[in-house]
Amino acid sequence: MELFQYPYMQRALIGALVIGLAAPALGIYLVQRRLTLIGDGIGHVALTGVGAGLLLNRSPVLVAVIVATVGAIAIEVVRARGRTSGDLALALLFYGGIAGGVLLVGLSDATSANLNAYLFGSLLSTSTSDLITVGVLGAAILITMIVLRPALFAISHDEEYARVSGLPVRTLNLLIAVTTAVTVTIAMRAVGVLLISALMVVPVATAQQITRGFRSTMTAAMALGFFAAGSGVWVAATADTPPGASVVLLAIASFLVVAVAGALWRAVRRRTAPAHVPVPEPHEVVLDRG
Amino acid sequence: MSTPVIIVEHGAVGYDGRPVLRDVSLTVTAGEVVAVLGANGSGKSTLIRAILGLVPLGAGSITLFDRPLRQFRQWQRIGYVPQRLGAGGGVPATVREVVASGRLARRGVLRPPGAADRAAVDAALRAVGLADRASDPVATLSGGQQQRTLIARALAGQPELLILDEPTAGVDAASQEAFAGALRDFVADGGTVLLVAHELGPLRPVISRAVVVHQGGICHDGAVPDPAGHHAEPDHDHVHPHGPDEPAGLWSN
Repeated sequence: MELFQYPYMQRALIGALVIGLAAPALGIYLVQRRLTLIGDGIGHVALTGVGAGLLLNRSPVLVAVIVATVGAIAIEVVRARGRTSGDLALALLFYGGIAGGVLLVGLSDATSANLNAYLFGSLLSTSTSDLITVGVLGAAILITMIVLRPALFAISHDEEYARVSGLPVRTLNLLIAVTTAVTVTIAMRAVGVLLISALMVVPVATAQQITRGFRSTMTAAMALGFFAAGSGVWVAATADTPPGASVVLLAIASFLVVAVAGALWRAVRRRTAPAHVPVPEPHEVVLDRG
Repeated sequence: MSTPVIIVEHGAVGYDGRPVLRDVSLTVTAGEVVAVLGANGSGKSTLIRAILGLVPLGAGSITLFDRPLRQFRQWQRIGYVPQRLGAGGGVPATVREVVASGRLARRGVLRPPGAADRAAVDAALRAVGLADRASDPVATLSGGQQQRTLIARALAGQPELLILDEPTAGVDAASQEAFAGALRDFVADGGTVLLVAHELGPLRPVISRAVVVHQGGICHDGAVPDPAGHHAEPDHDHVHPHGPDEPAGLWSN
Protein backbone atom coordinates (compact mmCIF):
# COMPACT_ATOMS: atom_id res chain seq x y z
CA MET A 1 0.00 0.00 0.00
CA GLU A 2 2.91 2.35 0.64
CA LEU A 3 3.29 2.69 -3.13
CA PHE A 4 0.27 4.96 -3.07
CA GLN A 5 2.27 7.51 -1.03
CA TYR A 6 3.85 8.63 -4.27
CA PRO A 7 1.93 11.44 -5.97
CA TYR A 8 2.29 9.82 -9.41
CA MET A 9 0.61 6.67 -8.08
CA GLN A 10 -2.18 8.74 -6.51
CA ARG A 11 -2.74 10.53 -9.81
CA ALA A 12 -2.77 7.23 -11.67
CA LEU A 13 -5.30 5.79 -9.23
CA ILE A 14 -7.65 8.79 -9.28
CA GLY A 15 -7.50 9.01 -13.08
CA ALA A 16 -8.28 5.32 -13.43
CA LEU A 17 -11.18 5.50 -10.97
CA VAL A 18 -12.81 8.43 -12.79
CA ILE A 19 -12.54 6.59 -16.11
CA GLY A 20 -13.73 3.32 -14.55
CA LEU A 21 -16.87 5.12 -13.41
CA ALA A 22 -17.54 7.20 -16.55
CA ALA A 23 -16.80 4.66 -19.30
CA PRO A 24 -19.57 2.13 -18.40
CA ALA A 25 -22.09 4.95 -17.77
CA LEU A 26 -21.76 5.79 -21.47
CA GLY A 27 -21.09 2.23 -22.57
CA ILE A 28 -24.51 0.98 -21.49
CA TYR A 29 -26.17 3.10 -24.21
CA LEU A 30 -23.68 1.88 -26.80
CA VAL A 31 -24.33 -1.75 -25.86
CA GLN A 32 -28.10 -1.27 -26.08
CA ARG A 33 -27.74 0.31 -29.53
CA ARG A 34 -25.43 -2.48 -30.72
CA LEU A 35 -22.58 -0.03 -31.14
CA THR A 36 -20.30 -2.02 -28.87
CA LEU A 37 -17.26 -1.60 -31.09
CA ILE A 38 -17.74 2.08 -31.84
CA GLY A 39 -15.34 3.02 -29.06
CA ASP A 40 -12.67 1.02 -30.82
CA GLY A 41 -13.35 2.78 -34.11
CA ILE A 42 -13.27 6.23 -32.57
CA GLY A 43 -10.08 5.27 -30.77
CA HIS A 44 -8.49 4.56 -34.14
CA VAL A 45 -9.56 7.98 -35.37
CA ALA A 46 -8.29 9.63 -32.18
CA LEU A 47 -4.84 8.24 -32.94
CA THR A 48 -4.65 10.50 -35.99
CA GLY A 49 -5.33 13.37 -33.60
CA VAL A 50 -2.49 12.20 -31.35
CA GLY A 51 -0.16 12.07 -34.33
CA ALA A 52 -1.21 15.53 -35.48
CA GLY A 53 -0.69 16.88 -31.95
CA LEU A 54 2.80 15.40 -31.70
CA LEU A 55 3.73 16.70 -35.16
CA LEU A 56 2.42 20.22 -34.49
CA ASN A 57 3.81 20.30 -30.94
CA ARG A 58 0.34 20.80 -29.48
CA SER A 59 -1.23 18.78 -26.69
CA PRO A 60 -1.88 15.37 -28.28
CA VAL A 61 -4.90 14.73 -26.03
CA LEU A 62 -6.54 18.03 -26.96
CA VAL A 63 -6.02 17.54 -30.70
CA ALA A 64 -7.25 13.95 -30.30
CA VAL A 65 -10.48 15.20 -28.64
CA ILE A 66 -11.13 17.45 -31.64
CA VAL A 67 -10.28 14.85 -34.30
CA ALA A 68 -12.22 12.09 -32.49
CA THR A 69 -15.27 14.34 -32.12
CA VAL A 70 -15.26 15.13 -35.84
CA GLY A 71 -14.88 11.41 -36.56
CA ALA A 72 -17.71 10.50 -34.17
CA ILE A 73 -20.06 13.02 -35.78
CA ALA A 74 -19.17 11.64 -39.22
CA ILE A 75 -19.92 8.10 -38.02
CA GLU A 76 -23.26 9.22 -36.53
CA VAL A 77 -24.25 10.93 -39.79
CA VAL A 78 -23.48 7.73 -41.70
CA ARG A 79 -25.38 5.64 -39.13
CA ALA A 80 -28.45 7.90 -39.16
CA ARG A 81 -28.67 7.58 -42.95
CA GLY A 82 -28.79 3.83 -42.51
CA ARG A 83 -27.12 3.11 -45.81
CA THR A 84 -25.61 -0.32 -46.38
CA SER A 85 -22.51 1.36 -47.74
CA GLY A 86 -22.13 2.95 -44.31
CA ASP A 87 -20.40 -0.20 -43.10
CA LEU A 88 -17.68 0.25 -45.66
CA ALA A 89 -17.41 3.97 -44.98
CA LEU A 90 -16.83 3.19 -41.31
CA ALA A 91 -14.12 0.64 -42.14
CA LEU A 92 -12.37 3.26 -44.27
CA LEU A 93 -12.60 5.78 -41.45
CA PHE A 94 -11.20 3.36 -38.85
CA TYR A 95 -8.24 2.13 -40.88
CA GLY A 96 -7.60 5.61 -42.23
CA GLY A 97 -7.54 6.80 -38.63
CA ILE A 98 -4.96 4.32 -37.35
CA ALA A 99 -2.77 4.53 -40.47
CA GLY A 100 -2.89 8.33 -40.34
CA GLY A 101 -1.93 8.23 -36.68
CA VAL A 102 1.05 5.92 -37.21
CA LEU A 103 2.20 8.00 -40.20
CA LEU A 104 1.97 11.33 -38.37
CA VAL A 105 3.70 9.96 -35.27
CA GLY A 106 6.44 8.65 -37.57
CA LEU A 107 6.86 12.07 -39.21
CA SER A 108 7.20 13.79 -35.84
CA ASP A 109 10.21 13.54 -33.53
CA ALA A 110 8.28 11.21 -31.23
CA THR A 111 9.66 7.78 -30.50
CA SER A 112 7.83 4.49 -30.74
CA ALA A 113 7.56 4.66 -26.93
CA ASN A 114 5.30 7.70 -27.39
CA LEU A 115 3.10 5.77 -29.79
CA ASN A 116 2.95 2.82 -27.38
CA ALA A 117 1.83 5.14 -24.59
CA TYR A 118 -1.27 6.02 -26.60
CA LEU A 119 -1.88 2.56 -28.02
CA PHE A 120 -1.74 0.78 -24.67
CA GLY A 121 -2.01 3.61 -22.13
CA SER A 122 0.52 5.08 -19.76
CA LEU A 123 -1.31 5.71 -16.55
CA LEU A 124 1.81 6.25 -14.46
CA SER A 125 2.85 9.29 -16.48
CA THR A 126 -0.42 11.12 -15.71
CA SER A 127 0.45 14.74 -14.89
CA THR A 128 -1.57 17.03 -12.65
CA SER A 129 -2.97 18.92 -15.64
CA ASP A 130 -3.90 15.59 -17.26
CA LEU A 131 -5.70 14.66 -14.08
CA ILE A 132 -7.67 17.92 -14.05
CA THR A 133 -8.72 17.34 -17.69
CA VAL A 134 -9.76 13.76 -16.90
CA GLY A 135 -11.63 14.86 -13.76
CA VAL A 136 -13.56 17.69 -15.39
CA LEU A 137 -14.46 15.78 -18.56
CA GLY A 138 -15.23 12.60 -16.60
CA ALA A 139 -17.60 14.48 -14.30
CA ALA A 140 -19.27 16.10 -17.33
CA ILE A 141 -19.79 12.69 -18.95
CA LEU A 142 -21.21 11.18 -15.75
CA ILE A 143 -23.62 14.05 -15.11
CA THR A 144 -24.85 14.05 -18.73
CA MET A 145 -25.40 10.29 -18.81
CA ILE A 146 -27.24 10.25 -15.48
CA VAL A 147 -29.39 13.38 -15.90
CA LEU A 148 -30.45 12.42 -19.43
CA ARG A 149 -30.92 8.74 -18.60
CA PRO A 150 -34.70 8.58 -19.28
CA ALA A 151 -34.32 10.24 -22.69
CA LEU A 152 -31.17 8.35 -23.65
CA PHE A 153 -32.80 5.11 -22.50
CA ALA A 154 -35.80 5.88 -24.71
CA ILE A 155 -33.77 6.52 -27.86
CA SER A 156 -31.49 3.53 -27.24
CA HIS A 157 -34.43 1.26 -26.61
CA ASP A 158 -36.81 2.36 -29.35
CA GLU A 159 -35.60 5.19 -31.57
CA GLU A 160 -38.84 5.45 -33.58
CA TYR A 161 -40.97 5.71 -30.46
CA ALA A 162 -38.63 8.41 -29.15
CA ARG A 163 -39.11 10.33 -32.39
CA VAL A 164 -42.90 10.06 -32.15
CA SER A 165 -42.59 11.29 -28.54
CA GLY A 166 -41.12 14.50 -29.96
CA LEU A 167 -37.69 13.94 -28.37
CA PRO A 168 -34.78 15.72 -30.10
CA VAL A 169 -33.48 12.38 -31.37
CA ARG A 170 -30.86 13.76 -33.73
CA THR A 171 -29.40 16.04 -31.05
CA LEU A 172 -29.32 13.23 -28.48
CA ASN A 173 -27.64 10.89 -30.98
CA LEU A 174 -24.99 13.51 -31.69
CA LEU A 175 -24.58 14.00 -27.95
CA ILE A 176 -23.87 10.29 -27.52
CA ALA A 177 -21.40 10.41 -30.42
CA VAL A 178 -19.55 13.41 -29.00
CA THR A 179 -19.54 11.94 -25.48
CA THR A 180 -18.09 8.72 -26.88
CA ALA A 181 -15.29 10.69 -28.52
CA VAL A 182 -14.52 12.53 -25.28
CA THR A 183 -14.61 9.33 -23.21
CA VAL A 184 -12.30 7.60 -25.66
CA THR A 185 -9.75 10.39 -25.52
CA ILE A 186 -9.65 10.64 -21.74
CA ALA A 187 -9.56 6.85 -21.38
CA MET A 188 -6.69 6.76 -23.89
CA ARG A 189 -4.36 7.88 -21.09
CA ALA A 190 -5.41 5.03 -18.85
CA VAL A 191 -5.89 1.96 -20.97
CA GLY A 192 -4.81 3.04 -24.45
CA VAL A 193 -6.58 3.28 -27.78
CA LEU A 194 -6.69 -0.48 -28.28
CA LEU A 195 -8.34 -1.30 -24.94
CA ILE A 196 -10.83 1.55 -24.51
CA SER A 197 -13.89 -0.35 -25.67
CA ALA A 198 -13.26 -2.95 -22.98
CA LEU A 199 -13.86 -0.45 -20.17
CA MET A 200 -17.05 0.80 -21.81
CA VAL A 201 -18.49 -2.58 -22.63
CA VAL A 202 -17.19 -5.33 -20.33
CA PRO A 203 -18.65 -3.95 -17.05
CA VAL A 204 -22.04 -3.61 -18.77
CA ALA A 205 -21.83 -7.15 -20.10
CA THR A 206 -21.00 -8.38 -16.60
CA ALA A 207 -23.76 -6.41 -14.90
CA GLN A 208 -26.56 -7.34 -17.30
CA GLN A 209 -26.18 -11.02 -16.50
CA ILE A 210 -27.57 -10.51 -13.02
CA THR A 211 -29.64 -7.31 -13.14
CA ARG A 212 -33.31 -6.92 -14.01
CA GLY A 213 -33.63 -3.27 -15.00
CA PHE A 214 -31.77 -0.61 -16.97
CA ARG A 215 -31.06 1.59 -13.98
CA SER A 216 -29.72 -1.25 -11.85
CA THR A 217 -27.56 -2.39 -14.78
CA MET A 218 -26.09 1.09 -15.09
CA THR A 219 -25.36 1.34 -11.37
CA ALA A 220 -23.82 -2.13 -11.21
CA ALA A 221 -21.72 -1.52 -14.35
CA MET A 222 -20.36 1.72 -12.89
CA ALA A 223 -19.50 -0.06 -9.63
CA LEU A 224 -17.77 -2.86 -11.57
CA GLY A 225 -15.82 -0.37 -13.69
CA PHE A 226 -14.74 1.51 -10.57
CA PHE A 227 -13.68 -1.74 -8.89
CA ALA A 228 -11.78 -3.02 -11.95
CA ALA A 229 -9.95 0.30 -12.35
CA GLY A 230 -9.00 0.52 -8.68
CA SER A 231 -7.86 -3.06 -8.27
CA GLY A 232 -6.16 -2.99 -11.70
CA VAL A 233 -3.94 -0.07 -10.67
CA TRP A 234 -3.22 -1.78 -7.35
CA VAL A 235 -2.23 -5.03 -9.08
CA ALA A 236 -0.11 -3.08 -11.57
CA ALA A 237 1.67 -1.28 -8.74
CA THR A 238 2.34 -4.36 -6.62
CA ALA A 239 3.09 -6.87 -9.37
CA ASP A 240 4.71 -4.35 -11.73
CA THR A 241 2.39 -5.15 -14.65
CA PRO A 242 1.14 -2.67 -17.29
CA PRO A 243 -1.83 -0.86 -15.65
CA GLY A 244 -4.09 -0.66 -18.72
CA ALA A 245 -3.89 -4.37 -19.43
CA SER A 246 -4.30 -5.21 -15.72
CA VAL A 247 -7.50 -3.14 -15.47
CA VAL A 248 -9.00 -4.76 -18.57
CA LEU A 249 -8.03 -8.30 -17.57
CA LEU A 250 -9.60 -7.79 -14.13
CA ALA A 251 -12.80 -6.55 -15.78
CA ILE A 252 -12.88 -9.63 -18.00
CA ALA A 253 -12.11 -11.87 -15.02
CA SER A 254 -15.13 -10.50 -13.15
CA PHE A 255 -17.24 -11.12 -16.26
CA LEU A 256 -16.15 -14.77 -16.27
CA VAL A 257 -16.74 -15.17 -12.52
CA VAL A 258 -20.27 -13.75 -12.82
CA ALA A 259 -21.01 -15.83 -15.93
CA VAL A 260 -19.96 -19.08 -14.24
CA ALA A 261 -21.65 -18.22 -10.94
CA GLY A 262 -24.83 -17.27 -12.79
CA ALA A 263 -24.85 -20.55 -14.73
CA LEU A 264 -24.36 -22.55 -11.51
CA TRP A 265 -27.09 -20.59 -9.74
CA ARG A 266 -29.54 -21.25 -12.57
CA ALA A 267 -28.63 -24.94 -12.59
CA VAL A 268 -29.28 -25.20 -8.84
CA ARG A 269 -32.58 -23.38 -9.16
CA ARG A 270 -33.70 -25.62 -12.00
CA ARG A 271 -33.06 -28.65 -9.85
CA THR A 272 -34.86 -27.33 -6.75
CA ALA A 273 -37.81 -25.55 -8.38
CA PRO A 274 -40.15 -27.33 -10.79
CA ALA A 275 -39.73 -26.13 -14.33
CA HIS A 276 -42.37 -23.73 -15.59
CA VAL A 277 -44.12 -25.58 -18.41
CA PRO A 278 -45.99 -23.20 -20.70
CA VAL A 279 -49.49 -24.34 -21.56
CA PRO A 280 -49.93 -24.26 -25.33
CA GLU A 281 -53.15 -23.19 -26.98
CA PRO A 282 -55.20 -26.10 -28.34
CA HIS A 283 -54.45 -27.29 -31.85
CA GLU A 284 -56.71 -25.79 -34.45
CA VAL A 285 -56.10 -28.48 -37.01
CA VAL A 286 -57.05 -32.09 -37.06
CA LEU A 287 -54.02 -34.29 -36.59
CA ASP A 288 -55.01 -37.56 -38.21
CA ARG A 289 -51.69 -38.99 -39.21
CA GLY A 290 -51.65 -42.13 -37.13
CA MET B 1 -69.90 17.72 -36.55
CA SER B 2 -66.89 16.40 -34.61
CA THR B 3 -63.49 17.95 -35.02
CA PRO B 4 -61.09 16.16 -37.35
CA VAL B 5 -58.00 14.76 -35.61
CA ILE B 6 -56.20 13.27 -38.60
CA ILE B 7 -56.64 14.43 -42.19
CA VAL B 8 -54.73 12.72 -45.00
CA GLU B 9 -55.28 14.29 -48.43
CA HIS B 10 -54.05 12.52 -51.56
CA GLY B 11 -51.13 11.02 -49.65
CA ALA B 12 -48.51 9.09 -51.63
CA VAL B 13 -45.47 7.27 -50.25
CA GLY B 14 -42.75 5.38 -52.07
CA TYR B 15 -39.65 3.51 -50.99
CA ASP B 16 -36.73 3.91 -53.41
CA GLY B 17 -39.06 4.96 -56.21
CA ARG B 18 -41.40 1.99 -55.70
CA PRO B 19 -44.85 3.40 -54.82
CA VAL B 20 -46.46 1.87 -51.72
CA LEU B 21 -49.31 4.31 -51.27
CA ARG B 22 -50.57 5.97 -54.45
CA ASP B 23 -53.42 8.29 -53.52
CA VAL B 24 -54.88 7.96 -50.04
CA SER B 25 -57.35 10.30 -48.41
CA LEU B 26 -58.60 9.63 -44.91
CA THR B 27 -60.18 11.67 -42.15
CA VAL B 28 -60.44 10.53 -38.54
CA THR B 29 -62.59 12.66 -36.25
CA ALA B 30 -62.48 12.89 -32.45
CA GLY B 31 -64.03 9.92 -30.66
CA GLU B 32 -63.81 7.53 -33.62
CA VAL B 33 -62.18 4.12 -33.52
CA VAL B 34 -60.95 3.47 -37.04
CA ALA B 35 -59.43 0.16 -38.11
CA VAL B 36 -57.14 0.11 -41.14
CA LEU B 37 -57.44 -3.34 -42.70
CA GLY B 38 -55.66 -4.93 -45.63
CA ALA B 39 -53.45 -7.77 -46.74
CA ASN B 40 -49.76 -7.97 -45.90
CA GLY B 41 -47.86 -5.55 -48.08
CA SER B 42 -50.96 -3.49 -48.89
CA GLY B 43 -49.36 -0.41 -47.36
CA LYS B 44 -51.50 -0.16 -44.23
CA SER B 45 -48.53 0.09 -41.85
CA THR B 46 -46.91 2.59 -44.20
CA LEU B 47 -50.05 4.72 -43.96
CA ILE B 48 -49.81 5.10 -40.18
CA ARG B 49 -46.03 5.51 -40.31
CA ALA B 50 -46.57 8.40 -42.72
CA ILE B 51 -49.16 9.92 -40.38
CA LEU B 52 -46.59 9.78 -37.56
CA GLY B 53 -43.92 11.37 -39.73
CA LEU B 54 -41.72 8.26 -39.65
CA VAL B 55 -41.72 7.94 -43.45
CA PRO B 56 -41.71 11.02 -45.68
CA LEU B 57 -44.73 11.79 -47.82
CA GLY B 58 -44.01 11.85 -51.55
CA ALA B 59 -47.11 13.85 -52.38
CA GLY B 60 -50.25 15.12 -50.68
CA SER B 61 -50.63 16.47 -47.15
CA ILE B 62 -51.24 15.30 -43.60
CA THR B 63 -52.82 17.37 -40.84
CA LEU B 64 -52.74 16.40 -37.16
CA PHE B 65 -54.94 18.32 -34.69
CA ASP B 66 -55.38 21.19 -37.18
CA ARG B 67 -51.64 21.51 -37.77
CA PRO B 68 -49.70 20.48 -40.86
CA LEU B 69 -47.52 17.48 -39.91
CA ARG B 70 -44.36 19.46 -40.55
CA GLN B 71 -45.27 22.02 -37.92
CA PHE B 72 -46.89 19.61 -35.47
CA ARG B 73 -45.10 19.65 -32.10
CA GLN B 74 -47.71 18.51 -29.55
CA TRP B 75 -46.58 14.91 -29.59
CA GLN B 76 -47.89 14.36 -26.06
CA ARG B 77 -51.38 14.26 -27.62
CA ILE B 78 -50.47 11.09 -29.53
CA GLY B 79 -49.72 7.64 -28.13
CA TYR B 80 -47.96 5.32 -30.56
CA VAL B 81 -47.89 1.54 -30.18
CA PRO B 82 -45.44 -0.14 -32.56
CA GLN B 83 -45.81 -3.71 -33.78
CA ARG B 84 -43.30 -5.13 -31.36
CA LEU B 85 -40.59 -4.26 -28.93
CA GLY B 86 -37.13 -4.41 -30.45
CA ALA B 87 -34.58 -6.38 -28.49
CA GLY B 88 -31.73 -3.96 -29.12
CA GLY B 89 -28.45 -4.90 -27.54
CA GLY B 90 -30.06 -6.90 -24.75
CA VAL B 91 -29.50 -4.58 -21.78
CA PRO B 92 -32.34 -5.54 -19.41
CA ALA B 93 -35.16 -3.08 -18.72
CA THR B 94 -38.10 -3.51 -16.38
CA VAL B 95 -41.69 -3.21 -17.53
CA ARG B 96 -41.98 -0.04 -15.45
CA GLU B 97 -38.90 1.51 -17.08
CA VAL B 98 -40.31 0.90 -20.56
CA VAL B 99 -43.74 2.25 -19.61
CA ALA B 100 -42.14 5.31 -17.97
CA SER B 101 -40.69 6.27 -21.39
CA GLY B 102 -44.26 7.14 -22.31
CA ARG B 103 -44.08 10.17 -20.01
CA LEU B 104 -41.19 11.81 -21.86
CA ALA B 105 -43.41 13.48 -24.47
CA ARG B 106 -45.20 15.27 -21.66
CA ARG B 107 -42.27 15.87 -19.33
CA GLY B 108 -39.50 16.79 -21.75
CA VAL B 109 -35.90 15.65 -21.72
CA LEU B 110 -34.52 17.47 -18.71
CA ARG B 111 -37.21 17.39 -16.03
CA PRO B 112 -36.93 14.46 -13.61
CA PRO B 113 -40.06 12.35 -13.09
CA GLY B 114 -42.47 13.57 -10.40
CA ALA B 115 -45.47 12.20 -8.52
CA ALA B 116 -47.81 12.79 -11.47
CA ASP B 117 -45.51 10.78 -13.73
CA ARG B 118 -45.41 7.86 -11.30
CA ALA B 119 -49.20 7.93 -10.85
CA ALA B 120 -49.74 7.89 -14.63
CA VAL B 121 -47.35 4.95 -15.05
CA ASP B 122 -49.16 3.04 -12.26
CA ALA B 123 -52.54 3.73 -13.85
CA ALA B 124 -51.33 2.60 -17.28
CA LEU B 125 -49.90 -0.62 -15.84
CA ARG B 126 -53.23 -1.34 -14.12
CA ALA B 127 -55.18 -0.58 -17.30
CA VAL B 128 -53.42 -3.38 -19.17
CA GLY B 129 -53.29 -5.76 -16.19
CA LEU B 130 -49.52 -5.74 -15.72
CA ALA B 131 -49.26 -3.99 -12.34
CA ASP B 132 -47.87 -7.15 -10.74
CA ARG B 133 -45.15 -7.50 -13.41
CA ALA B 134 -43.88 -3.90 -13.11
CA SER B 135 -40.41 -4.80 -11.84
CA ASP B 136 -39.88 -7.84 -14.08
CA PRO B 137 -37.54 -7.55 -17.07
CA VAL B 138 -39.62 -7.12 -20.26
CA ALA B 139 -37.60 -9.83 -21.97
CA THR B 140 -39.13 -12.44 -19.61
CA LEU B 141 -42.70 -11.55 -20.63
CA SER B 142 -44.72 -13.40 -23.26
CA GLY B 143 -45.30 -11.75 -26.63
CA GLY B 144 -48.79 -10.69 -25.61
CA GLN B 145 -47.57 -9.21 -22.34
CA GLN B 146 -44.83 -7.32 -24.18
CA GLN B 147 -47.48 -5.91 -26.49
CA ARG B 148 -49.49 -4.84 -23.44
CA THR B 149 -46.35 -3.16 -22.08
CA LEU B 150 -46.15 -1.09 -25.26
CA ILE B 151 -49.81 -0.15 -24.96
CA ALA B 152 -49.25 0.87 -21.33
CA ARG B 153 -46.30 3.00 -22.48
CA ALA B 154 -48.58 4.84 -24.90
CA LEU B 155 -51.36 5.19 -22.29
CA ALA B 156 -48.92 6.54 -19.68
CA GLY B 157 -48.55 9.71 -21.74
CA GLN B 158 -52.31 10.31 -21.37
CA PRO B 159 -52.78 10.88 -25.10
CA GLU B 160 -55.94 11.98 -26.91
CA LEU B 161 -55.17 9.84 -29.95
CA LEU B 162 -53.84 6.30 -29.95
CA ILE B 163 -52.16 4.99 -33.09
CA LEU B 164 -51.50 1.25 -33.03
CA ASP B 165 -49.67 -0.92 -35.55
CA GLU B 166 -51.09 -4.48 -35.51
CA PRO B 167 -51.58 -4.55 -31.74
CA THR B 168 -53.06 -8.04 -31.68
CA ALA B 169 -50.96 -9.89 -34.25
CA GLY B 170 -49.84 -13.18 -32.75
CA VAL B 171 -51.04 -12.20 -29.27
CA ASP B 172 -52.60 -14.77 -26.92
CA ALA B 173 -56.34 -14.62 -26.19
CA ALA B 174 -55.96 -13.32 -22.61
CA SER B 175 -53.83 -10.40 -23.81
CA GLN B 176 -56.28 -9.65 -26.63
CA GLU B 177 -59.11 -9.43 -24.08
CA ALA B 178 -57.02 -7.24 -21.74
CA PHE B 179 -56.15 -5.05 -24.70
CA ALA B 180 -59.78 -4.74 -25.88
CA GLY B 181 -60.76 -3.73 -22.32
CA ALA B 182 -58.04 -1.06 -22.15
CA LEU B 183 -59.15 0.27 -25.52
CA ARG B 184 -62.82 0.41 -24.46
CA ASP B 185 -61.88 2.42 -21.36
CA PHE B 186 -59.74 4.77 -23.45
CA VAL B 187 -62.58 5.37 -25.92
CA ALA B 188 -65.13 5.81 -23.11
CA ASP B 189 -62.95 8.66 -21.77
CA GLY B 190 -63.23 10.42 -25.12
CA GLY B 191 -60.11 9.09 -26.83
CA THR B 192 -59.66 8.61 -30.58
CA VAL B 193 -58.07 5.46 -32.02
CA LEU B 194 -56.48 4.59 -35.35
CA LEU B 195 -55.27 1.02 -35.54
CA VAL B 196 -53.86 -1.24 -38.18
CA ALA B 197 -55.15 -4.77 -37.92
CA HIS B 198 -55.07 -8.01 -39.73
CA GLU B 199 -57.95 -9.55 -37.87
CA LEU B 200 -60.14 -7.80 -35.37
CA GLY B 201 -61.02 -10.61 -32.95
CA PRO B 202 -62.26 -9.26 -29.62
CA LEU B 203 -61.71 -5.70 -30.87
CA ARG B 204 -64.55 -5.90 -33.35
CA PRO B 205 -67.29 -4.44 -31.10
CA VAL B 206 -65.09 -1.42 -30.30
CA ILE B 207 -64.42 -0.44 -33.93
CA SER B 208 -66.65 2.31 -35.29
CA ARG B 209 -65.32 2.43 -38.86
CA ALA B 210 -63.10 0.35 -41.09
CA VAL B 211 -60.83 1.44 -43.91
CA VAL B 212 -59.47 -1.19 -46.28
CA VAL B 213 -56.17 -0.50 -48.03
CA HIS B 214 -55.58 -2.36 -51.28
CA GLN B 215 -52.80 -1.87 -53.80
CA GLY B 216 -51.79 1.49 -52.40
CA GLY B 217 -55.28 2.97 -52.35
CA ILE B 218 -58.36 2.86 -50.15
CA CYS B 219 -60.98 0.48 -51.53
CA HIS B 220 -63.47 0.60 -48.67
CA ASP B 221 -64.34 3.21 -46.04
CA GLY B 222 -67.33 2.51 -43.82
CA ALA B 223 -68.80 -0.35 -41.81
CA VAL B 224 -66.56 -3.22 -40.72
CA PRO B 225 -66.66 -5.70 -43.61
CA ASP B 226 -67.66 -9.28 -42.90
CA PRO B 227 -64.92 -11.83 -43.29
CA ALA B 228 -65.18 -14.04 -46.34
CA GLY B 229 -63.93 -17.48 -47.35
CA HIS B 230 -61.93 -19.43 -44.80
CA HIS B 231 -61.50 -16.25 -42.80
CA ALA B 232 -65.17 -16.54 -41.91
CA GLU B 233 -64.84 -19.86 -40.12
CA PRO B 234 -65.52 -19.33 -36.44
CA ASP B 235 -62.32 -20.95 -35.24
CA HIS B 236 -60.09 -19.33 -37.82
CA ASP B 237 -57.04 -18.02 -36.03
CA HIS B 238 -55.47 -15.62 -38.42
CA VAL B 239 -51.86 -15.71 -37.38
CA HIS B 240 -49.08 -16.12 -39.83
CA PRO B 241 -45.54 -14.91 -40.05
CA HIS B 242 -44.92 -11.36 -41.03
CA GLY B 243 -42.28 -10.11 -43.41
CA PRO B 244 -38.68 -10.67 -42.43
CA ASP B 245 -37.22 -8.26 -39.94
CA GLU B 246 -34.77 -5.71 -41.15
CA PRO B 247 -31.32 -7.26 -41.01
CA ALA B 248 -29.98 -6.66 -37.52
CA GLY B 249 -26.66 -5.21 -38.54
CA LEU B 250 -24.01 -3.65 -36.39
CA TRP B 251 -25.19 -0.13 -37.11
CA SER B 252 -28.92 -0.62 -37.21
CA ASN B 253 -30.80 -0.25 -34.02
